[in-house]
Amino acid sequence: MNNTIKFVQGNEACVEGALYAGIDFFAGYPITPSTEIMELLAARLPERGGKFIQMEDEIASMCAIIGASLTGRKAMTATSGPGFSLKQEAIGYACMTEIPCVIANVQRGGPSTGNPTHVSQGDVNQARWGTHGDHSIIALTASNHQDVFEMTVDAFNLAETYRTPVILLFDEAEGHMREKLVVPAEGELEVVSRLRTSLGRDVDYHPYLPREDGRLPMSDFGGEHRFNVTGLFHDMWGFPSNNPKVIRELLRHIVDKIENNVHEITRYKEHYMEGAEYVMVSYGSSARSAIHLAKARRARGEKIGVLELQSIWPFPVEMVREKCAGAKAVLVVEMNLGQVAAQVKAAVTEPERVFLANRIDGKLITPEDIKIYIRVIQGRGV
Amino acid sequence: MAVKDYLRQRFFPHMWCPGCGHGTILNSLIRAIEGLELKPHEIVMTSGIGCSARISGYVNVHSLHTMHGRALACATGVKLSRPHLKVLVPMGDGDALAIGGNHFIHAARRNIDLTAIVMNNRIYGMTGGQFSPLSGVGIKATTAPFTTIDNSFDVVELAKAAGASFVARSTAFHVKECKDILKKAIEHKGFSVVEILSQCPTHYGRKNKEGDAASMLEFQKKMTAKIGSKALQENPNLIARGIFVDLDKAEYCTEYEKIIDSVMKEKV
Amino acid sequence: MAKQKLKEIVINRDWCKGCGICIHFCPTKVLELDAKEKSVVVRPEDCICCRMCELRCPDLAIEVITDQDEGENNE
Repeated sequence: MNNTIKFVQGNEACVEGALYAGIDFFAGYPITPSTEIMELLAARLPERGGKFIQMEDEIASMCAIIGASLTGRKAMTATSGPGFSLKQEAIGYACMTEIPCVIANVQRGGPSTGNPTHVSQGDVNQARWGTHGDHSIIALTASNHQDVFEMTVDAFNLAETYRTPVILLFDEAEGHMREKLVVPAEGELEVVSRLRTSLGRDVDYHPYLPREDGRLPMSDFGGEHRFNVTGLFHDMWGFPSNNPKVIRELLRHIVDKIENNVHEITRYKEHYMEGAEYVMVSYGSSARSAIHLAKARRARGEKIGVLELQSIWPFPVEMVREKCAGAKAVLVVEMNLGQVAAQVKAAVTEPERVFLANRIDGKLITPEDIKIYIRVIQGRGV
Repeated sequence: MAVKDYLRQRFFPHMWCPGCGHGTILNSLIRAIEGLELKPHEIVMTSGIGCSARISGYVNVHSLHTMHGRALACATGVKLSRPHLKVLVPMGDGDALAIGGNHFIHAARRNIDLTAIVMNNRIYGMTGGQFSPLSGVGIKATTAPFTTIDNSFDVVELAKAAGASFVARSTAFHVKECKDILKKAIEHKGFSVVEILSQCPTHYGRKNKEGDAASMLEFQKKMTAKIGSKALQENPNLIARGIFVDLDKAEYCTEYEKIIDSVMKEKV
Repeated sequence: MAKQKLKEIVINRDWCKGCGICIHFCPTKVLELDAKEKSVVVRPEDCICCRMCELRCPDLAIEVITDQDEGENNE
C-alpha cells in the first residue's frame, strides 16, 4: 500500500493517526473545538468492526473507554476545556489502575466556558495536575498535521508501553486549520501492540506485578484470567490494600515508570538551532509562528532558533537545559500566562534569561507579536 | 459449581456491619448465578463506590471496582467491547441515583444489556449516615438532623420512564423471590433494573428508631406487597414488589453489530 | 419429593457476626445466640429444612445440609 495524500483539518489528522495506531473503540461527547474527531470516528470505526458510542456526558465517555481498554481494545476519547475538567477523576482512575487510553484535548480558551471557538494553550498544567493526588502523566502536542498524525500514533504506543493514559494537547487553531497530510503506508511507522501475558488460564496471574523491565503484561478483562481492578491502592492481584509498603510501592511505581523514562518519552524538534543566541521554546500552533520568525531572521543572518516541544509531560528538563545553555535569552512562546515558561525557568541554569512571549486573547500569536517581545528583550524598544 | 465457589472466601468475614442487608443481597445474587449455571469467567461485575460497591470484590468473577457513580458508564464500555459477557452492575442508592443518576437513565434509554442492581438502604452508609435520593421525606440522617424535606425517586417508575426493558423490585427479606427475580434479570436481554430494599441497621436503623436488622426486615415484610396481591389492592400505600416490566426490545450492542455488518457490506 | 430430613446445620463461626436474623425468623426456633454472640444450633430436631436462615444470612455463614443433598453440598 502506498502513502495517501490528503488535505484535512487537524482533527482529521488525529483521526487518521488513531486509525493507523489501531483504535477500535471511541466514546465521546460533543464539544467545540474537538467534535470533528468524534464525528469522523463515528463513520470510520464501524467500517473496520470497531465500536463508537456517543455517551451521555464527558465523564461517561472517559469511563467507557476505560472499560473498553480493559477488555483489550485500543480506546480513545476527545474533548476540549470544560470536558477535560470533567474527565479528570476518571483519568486519575486510569493512572491508578494502569489502563492504557488516549485523551485528545483540543484546547480552547478558559477558564469555564471561556472561548470555545478560539485558540488557547491554557490546559498545559491541567494535563499535568488535573486529577488529584500524586501521579505522573504523558502529554504530547504537535504544530502541524503530519505531527498531529504521528503524535497520535505515538500516544497510543506510549499508552500501551507504559500502561497509562496519554493526553494529546492540541489546540483550536491546529484542530480546525486545513493542510496537507501524508498518511504513511502500513508498516512505515511503528505501532505498539498490547503486551499480553503468556500465562494460561488457571495460572496465578498478577495483573499488577511489574516485570524486571517495569512493564506489566495485561490480560484482557473478561478473558482467561479473573482479577480485580480498583481505584483503591491495591496489591499485585488488584485487591485493595492499606498496607503502607503496598501503598508506597504502588505510588512509586506509577510515577517512576514514567519519570524514569523521560528520555524515551521525550519528543522534540530543533529548527534553526545551530549556534542560536536566541532560543524560542514553543509547541503546538504557537510554534508555527516561532518557526516562521526564526526562518525569516536566519535569512538575515540573525542567530535565532526554535526548540519545539512535542512532549510536554513528563517535562524534558535535561534536554531543555542542554538546548538552552549558552543562549543570550530564551523566549517561551505560548498562548497562556506562562505555563511552559515556568517549567523552562525551573529547568535552565539561568532563569533570569527566560522570557515569556504570549498571547491570551483568543487570537493566534503571530510572528509580529513575537518580534515585539524580542525587540524589548534586546533593549531596542518597539 | 457449589454456591460458595462463587465467593472469594479468603476475604471473609466481609466488611459489612452485622445485619447489613447487602450481605443478604450477595447471598441471593450468587444463588441466582449458580441457578443459571453461569461460569465465573463469563461474568463481569462492575461496581462504584460505597458499602454496596464492595460486593464486587467478594465474588470470584471478573471484578471492576470503579468510581463513585460511574459503574454503569464503565460497564457500558466493557459490554459494548465484549457483548458476549454477562455484565452485572450492583450499586448503592446514592451511587446509582445521585452521583450516577445520569448514567442510570441513559443506560436505560439505550437498553444496553446490563443488569443494574440497586441495593437500596436509603442512606450513605460508608460515609456515616447521610440521606440519599431514596431516603424520602421525614427521615433522620447526619445531614438531616431536623428530618429530610427532600422527596425520593421511585426507582421503578424512573427506570420505566427511562426505557429499561426489565424492571423489578424485591427486598432483602424476600430472599427466594429476590433470587428468582435476579435470575430473570440476568437472563433478560436488554437493560434490566432490580431494586432491592436493603437495611442499614448501623446508620439508618439507629437514627430512625427502626430497631435491629431483624425488625428492619419485619418492616420490609410489612410495608411491601406483591404486584396484583389483595394486600396491595386494599392498601395502595404499600410498596409493590415483583416484575413491573419485561419487554422484548431492541438491545444496543445487537443494534450496533447490525450497523457494523451493513457498513462493512457496503464497503465490500 | 419426599420430606427432607436434616443432617446438619453448619455455622461458620468466623463469618457469623451475630446479627440474629436467622434466630428471629426461624419458624421453629432452632437457633440461638451463644455467650460469644454467635448463632448456634440448639434444637436441630425441630428443623423443617426451610433453609430460610441459610438464604437470609447476611454473612453467608450458614449451610443447611439435608439427606437430599447429594455428595458435594449443592447448597
